[in-house]
Formats: sequence, structure tokens, C-alpha cells
Amino acid sequence: MAQSTKPPANKDQTSFGSGGSGLRYPSNGKTIYHRPLNRTKTSELSQASFAYLFAEMVTYAQKRVTGIQDLEKRLNVQGHPIGLKLLDLLLFREPPRTQTRPLTIIALLHFIKVNIWQHLFGRQADRLEKSSNPDTPDEYMIIDNEPLVNAYISVPREMSSLNCAAYVAGIIEGVCDGAAFPARVTAHSVTGNTKEDEMWPAKTVFLLKFQPEVVEREALIGKGQ
Amino acid sequence: MSYYFAIVGTQDNPLFEYEFGTSKQGGDGQPRFSEQSRHLNQLILHSSLDVVEEVQWTSGQLYMKVVDKFFNNYISCFVTAGNVKFLLLHQPTTATAASASTAGITSTTRSSTSIGANPTSPQTEEAIKSFMTEVYENYVKAIMSPFYRTNMEIKSPVFRARVAAAGRKYL
Repeated sequence: MAQSTKPPANKDQTSFGSGGSGLRYPSNGKTIYHRPLNRTKTSELSQASFAYLFAEMVTYAQKRVTGIQDLEKRLNVQGHPIGLKLLDLLLFREPPRTQTRPLTIIALLHFIKVNIWQHLFGRQADRLEKSSNPDTPDEYMIIDNEPLVNAYISVPREMSSLNCAAYVAGIIEGVCDGAAFPARVTAHSVTGNTKEDEMWPAKTVFLLKFQPEVVEREALIGKGQ
Repeated sequence: MSYYFAIVGTQDNPLFEYEFGTSKQGGDGQPRFSEQSRHLNQLILHSSLDVVEEVQWTSGQLYMKVVDKFFNNYISCFVTAGNVKFLLLHQPTTATAASASTAGITSTTRSSTSIGANPTSPQTEEAIKSFMTEVYENYVKAIMSPFYRTNMEIKSPVFRARVAAAGRKYL
């Protein structure tokens, strides 16, 4: 890439930037703009250190809340900016031929199920569903049989309605908001008696409730095509 | 050919702006906007947002070519995944301006296929696309900063230098 200005060589590591601009360069002279956006597929992180960090995040949030709903809200807020950033990063990494903004709810959900999940958890989400209830055509579900974030979380009995995947719900909400599909996303544990539910005790449903204007626009776009 | 480039956030708030001139055909990279039109440029650029918001739902492409035209000002647009708009106003050098001493060199070497002469030619579209793509790469890097939140102004001098370099390289 053509590059016009190189940051000044920082011989004295204690000096603060140059030219009084207030900008500080790292000691190796490389800013965030010098680093590549593409990563190799094998650059994975340790699950143990993630689990440790995530447990700390939950504890941190828990100290400052009054109830379960409040706690889930906080986890959601922690995830939200990640979603906004992931949306642009992952679309940028797409090959030029498929580098298109999601225009419909289905395209957006597909992007979340495939790209976001693959990036965060190394696999795709297990299922996408649309609400079968005719009263709620704005509700969609992303189903994960075994959310990675909950792998080492044990929820106490008295807080059984808590699902720490609210953090992931926040990420999804960030992606939806960023792509101009404002939605409310919540995470729910599924406790059923069917054979499938027993096979996946940690099964989590992410419920996406889109704002009415999204559904309205969806109808208009569908008509135009 | 003079250019005015702006990044507009999701709340229609400007995040970054930069004026430059062509570096092709012996251009010196300086903008040739008149003092009066510099203020108008901002208005013209932002008035094209209405068109952009309509066009962005007809195609998923990030780069949307020329979306709006106001007299001799052409607006090219690029919409990011996060609905931030990159708008580039380009003003081809007019005959009267070309005869002025400042743009004398440009006018003599200009051919019909050059980037400056025809704002809607495929060559120009391709050059602007390359420019936008390079700015997008740097924009994504900018938002990757953990301290950057959506719709914050981009103040980094390194970012500005990168945009300037992209402008010199392609336009």
C-alpha cells in the first residue's frame, strides 16, 4: 500500500509523539493503521482464558445490578459495540464478489448464522427459525444447541431464568442495529421434555424482535423485486 | 478536477472531511474550489443523502457510483456495512477554470478518457471505487480501536494521511 507519512522514529521511548499533535505512537512505530485486517484461519484463542475473562465480566456486571433482568441488560450492553464492529470487519473480509450489505432480514440472519458465528465460535449456529405465531411476524430465532459462552457457567437454582448468553444476544443486537435493522434481542434457555431438548441441556434460543419499520420496509423491498 | 470527500455517520453527522485535487495528468493535488463554492460543497454533498438513502436499499453493493448531480458537481457514494456513508464530490475542471493560469497544464494534456474529463465514464468509476475501497480498509481499522464508538469524529492524522495517499494514488 502506498504510504505517505511514516511515524517518526521514536528513539526516546519516553517522549510523547511529535509535533505537539498529542498523538502518541507505540514504541515500535506501528499504529492500528499499520496492522493488517485479515487474519489467518488458524488464529484461535484459548477457550480457558476466554472462560475466565467472561466469568469475570459476569461477576463485574452482577455486582452492580438489582435483578436478573438488569444483569442480562448489562451483559447485552457489553456485547453491543462488538456487534457493530464485527459487522464492518467481517463484511470487509468477504471476497469482493459476495461483499454485499444485507438488504433483507433473511440475508442478515444468514450473515449472523454463518459469518458471525464462524468468526466467534468456529462453527455455524444450529438453526434459524421464524415465529410461527401469526401475531408476531417480526420475531425470528437463532438457535444454538451448545453456546460456547455458557460452557463453564453454572447458574444457581434461584436464578434459573438467567442466561449469560445475553452477552451474545447483545452482539447480535449490535449487528442488527448497525445494519439498519433495529431489533431487540434476548437469550432464552430451553427446557423441554422432548428427546432433542434432553440431548442439548444448554440449548439457547436467541429471540430477535425487529422494530415495526423493519418489517414494513421488508414488505416494500419484496414488492419491488 | 477537484474533490471534496466526507464521511457521514448514521445520524447524518459528519465524521471526517477532506478536500483535494487531482494528481493525474500533472495535477498538483490541490483543490481548485472557489472560496464561495467551498461552503456550497458541504451543502450539496449532504443534500445527496436523501438520494443515497433511497438507492442503498435497491442494491447490496457497497459502491454505488454517481448517485447525484448538481450542475457541474457529481456525487459518488459508498455505503459501509454499518450504514456510514462515504461521499465524494467531484467537480470536473470547466472550460473557464481551465483557461485560468493555475490549471493551464491540466487542460492541455486532458484527453476524453482521462479520469478528470468525464465523471461518469467507467475509468472514473473504477478509479473512485479503488479510492473508496482503500479508505474503507482504513476506516475499518479506525473503528477497530476499542476506544472508538459509532459516530465519533475520526481525528487521527494517520487516517488523514492515508486518505490523502489514496487520493494521490487513484484520483
